[in-house]
Amino acid sequence: MPGSRTLPYLATAAVSGLLFGAGLYVSQMVDPLKVLHFLDFGAIANGGWDPSLAFVMGGALVVMFIAVRIGRRRPAPLFDEAFHEPQFTRIDRPLVLGAALFGVGWGMSGICPGPAISLIAFLPANLWLYLAALFIGSYAGSLIVPSGRGRRLTAARGVPAE
Amino acid sequence: MESFTPVSALAGGALIGLASALLWLGNGRIAGISGIFGQLLPPAQTVIWRLLFLACLVAGALLASWLVPGLGVGGPAGRPAALVTAPNWTGIPTPIWLVIAGLLTGLGTKIGNGCTSGHGVCGLARLSARSLVAVAVFFGVAIITVAVTRIV
Repeated sequence: MPGSRTLPYLATAAVSGLLFGAGLYVSQMVDPLKVLHFLDFGAIANGGWDPSLAFVMGGALVVMFIAVRIGRRRPAPLFDEAFHEPQFTRIDRPLVLGAALFGVGWGMSGICPGPAISLIAFLPANLWLYLAALFIGSYAGSLIVPSGRGRRLTAARGVPAE
Repeated sequence: MESFTPVSALAGGALIGLASALLWLGNGRIAGISGIFGQLLPPAQTVIWRLLFLACLVAGALLASWLVPGLGVGGPAGRPAALVTAPNWTGIPTPIWLVIAGLLTGLGTKIGNGCTSGHGVCGLARLSARSLVAVAVFFGVAIITVAVTRIV
């Protein structure tokens, strides 16, 4: 894919990763218990509920919403030829089933992929075990249900879709 | 309320939004962690920026915990980071509980094409109907899961 190895492109990916990781620490979303105290709606009645996660999502959404609006007025991003906007728009069974499975995993652990990976910075016990399972689960998923990208690659018969 | 932290939540959220905005306007890429992580596998075409992003995700959390110490867990002044322990009533050992959670999260985010960042932040900001459905489902199911397992 053209452009993805240029210095500005890689620097953008690096700075974005740094900001994302910093945001996960600052918002305390690296703390599984904090996430679970949001998901624990049963605690709303007795005052034990922590709404912080909604504020994290809200803060992130406002900034990203503005960025998407800015992007809509541009033909391309700064360092690549096109926006890689998902083209697949149908609400299908894999989407709903996948989201439900993820919901169970998230509710069981209080961690989703971003916090899970950034927790490598603090290495809690059993993290590598969880990450290995995450990786294996993801790989299994790519074998069972090809992603939109996989479908496009198959359709293109080996021509890189990106 | 259980240690509600609106200021650090909003500030951290804004940083996550800024990270997503930068990757979108700079490289035209969705900052979806499960996608960036999951597409390291074959037939991956663009591995280098993904690895760099993920390495910097770890470095960013580490640096922030030094620069702004003691916010919550992690870093020199924070409480030690810990994963959950399995609820006693299940009789399931914690490592197995975490492996099941990891497998379900990996599998689910792959076939559902996204997680809290890709669908939750980027997808909703793009007003994607698919992402709205995904977010409603995984939040709903996670809330039910916490209620059923009584993990907290």
